[in-house]
Amino acid sequence: MKVLVPVKRVLDYNVKPRVKADGTGVDLANVKMSMNPFDEIAIEEAVRLKEKGAATEVVVVTIGVAKAETDVLLTARAMGADRGILIQTDDEIEPLAVAKLLAKVAEEEQPGLIILGKQAIDDDSNQTGQMLAALLGWPQGTFASKVELGGQGVQVTREVDGGLETVDLKLPAIVTTDLRLNEPRYATLPNIMKAKSKPVAKKTVADYGVDVKPRLTTLKVVEPAKRSAGIKVGSVDELVEKLKGLGVAK
Amino acid sequence: MKTLVWVEHDNQSLKDATLSAVTAAAKLGEVHLLVAGKGVDGVAQAAAAIEGVGKVHVADDAAYEHFLAENVAPLIVSLMGTHDAVLFPATTTGKNIAPRVAAALDVMQISDILSVEGADTFTRPIYAGNAIATVQTSDKKLVITVRGTAFPKAAATGGSGTIEAVSGEGDKGLSTFAGAEIAKSERPELTSAKVIVSGGRALGSSEQFHAQIDPLADKLGAAVGASRAAVDAGYAPNDYQVGQTGKIVAPEVYVAIGISGAIQHLAGMKDSKTIIAINKDEDAPIFQVADIGLVGDLFKIVPELTEKL
Repeated sequence: MKVLVPVKRVLDYNVKPRVKADGTGVDLANVKMSMNPFDEIAIEEAVRLKEKGAATEVVVVTIGVAKAETDVLLTARAMGADRGILIQTDDEIEPLAVAKLLAKVAEEEQPGLIILGKQAIDDDSNQTGQMLAALLGWPQGTFASKVELGGQGVQVTREVDGGLETVDLKLPAIVTTDLRLNEPRYATLPNIMKAKSKPVAKKTVADYGVDVKPRLTTLKVVEPAKRSAGIKVGSVDELVEKLKGLGVAK
Repeated sequence: MKTLVWVEHDNQSLKDATLSAVTAAAKLGEVHLLVAGKGVDGVAQAAAAIEGVGKVHVADDAAYEHFLAENVAPLIVSLMGTHDAVLFPATTTGKNIAPRVAAALDVMQISDILSVEGADTFTRPIYAGNAIATVQTSDKKLVITVRGTAFPKAAATGGSGTIEAVSGEGDKGLSTFAGAEIAKSERPELTSAKVIVSGGRALGSSEQFHAQIDPLADKLGAAVGASRAAVDAGYAPNDYQVGQTGKIVAPEVYVAIGISGAIQHLAGMKDSKTIIAINKDEDAPIFQVADIGLVGDLFKIVPELTEKL
């Protein structure tokens, strides 16, 4: 069974986002860009399925600028993905359009499982996996903390507000990853060197004949209201007094 | 505009997250509700009592008992012929179902809205709340998830909605519910608690987490939360997690114990009215947002505090 893993290039997890002074967005010039952390978990899960013999091939796909090839597709292949697909565009593509492009890729590749990160840490939309499932008419196991492949289906344990929930899905299926599904391996330097020889197919958005015109217009982006630091108290007794003042202690 | 609000419930009782979504929907127009589940007469009655509610659509079917997105999304799509917008609380249930509805309607969803600026314009957090975007949609129908802490709750009583049974396609045969481990607790729910006591990695173990945090929470009548680091380390279960990818909370008082204050954690609690931090590192980022800080060893401070309350 083939596993398809869509990944996104985003502002690195450790970089503090800075809102541009003109209010048009977050400044992405000359900052480190990396694979979305939830997508690393998705790659790791796919590679583990292959290592266990449950998957035969791991294909990674990204939609974005040319640099995504080195920033994320290389990392994914160094982690163990077999080949990459770069759908190149300089435009910002919204989750709905991403899902439409991925649905086309799925038609071509015919994977048995598509594993995605549950959300990207830039737009925090948490939409693409569910939208792709809808477009393909496949079942979805979102916010997964455990994935077990069986003969006919996949059992997914999901992190839900009340605790954990387990669903059985028919294959082919969509899984989106939560934080505790696994701990992704590092892409080591030797593996990065080796990964350079794994193939990457280069496509453009136009190759797929999908309408990717944005539906949303961002009117402005601002920094949230700041909280200022308050006071420090010197003892537990003072803290107790403060809690009484707040009406939460008697 | 006619709006449809997904009612969050567990087939027994209606959840508060619904009430914030109703407030958001009321800013757009007429509010109708959808109660989908099994044996949901009680929930439907409670839904009809919410102030300002018009029609309450009730789909009572075993296929909807566990809110499987594969079954529920087509039901909602079928109701969108007569509604202009559908709003979900941004709970794990809402976040699971909403995009499936949006894609089926060919609509770009607007996630986690913080405010309604106009009939087609909303604000929403991006980059873990480090930036707030104002977005305007060109879609004819709206699919929205609502951040509960950003909208006041509609009154749970005083309404006189009319209940109307609806039916959908039922079980699509793609997925089945296999089980759940839902934590049972006497404490208030994290997302609606007035006071929250949260523990971080500094607790050091699951035993210490419960030995230190639980008695203090009980004294304060508080819900218990945790940082991602504490959950990742196995000190607390996943449903305790407060932060960007966990629960978003805004209680009256948030007590952060042994939590350094990573961006991801602050994103989930910085709208709390009063933040209290106890940490041994006086340079911990949590003190930059805390209203009241106490620097010191939590293993000495917390037992003393619990004792003195």
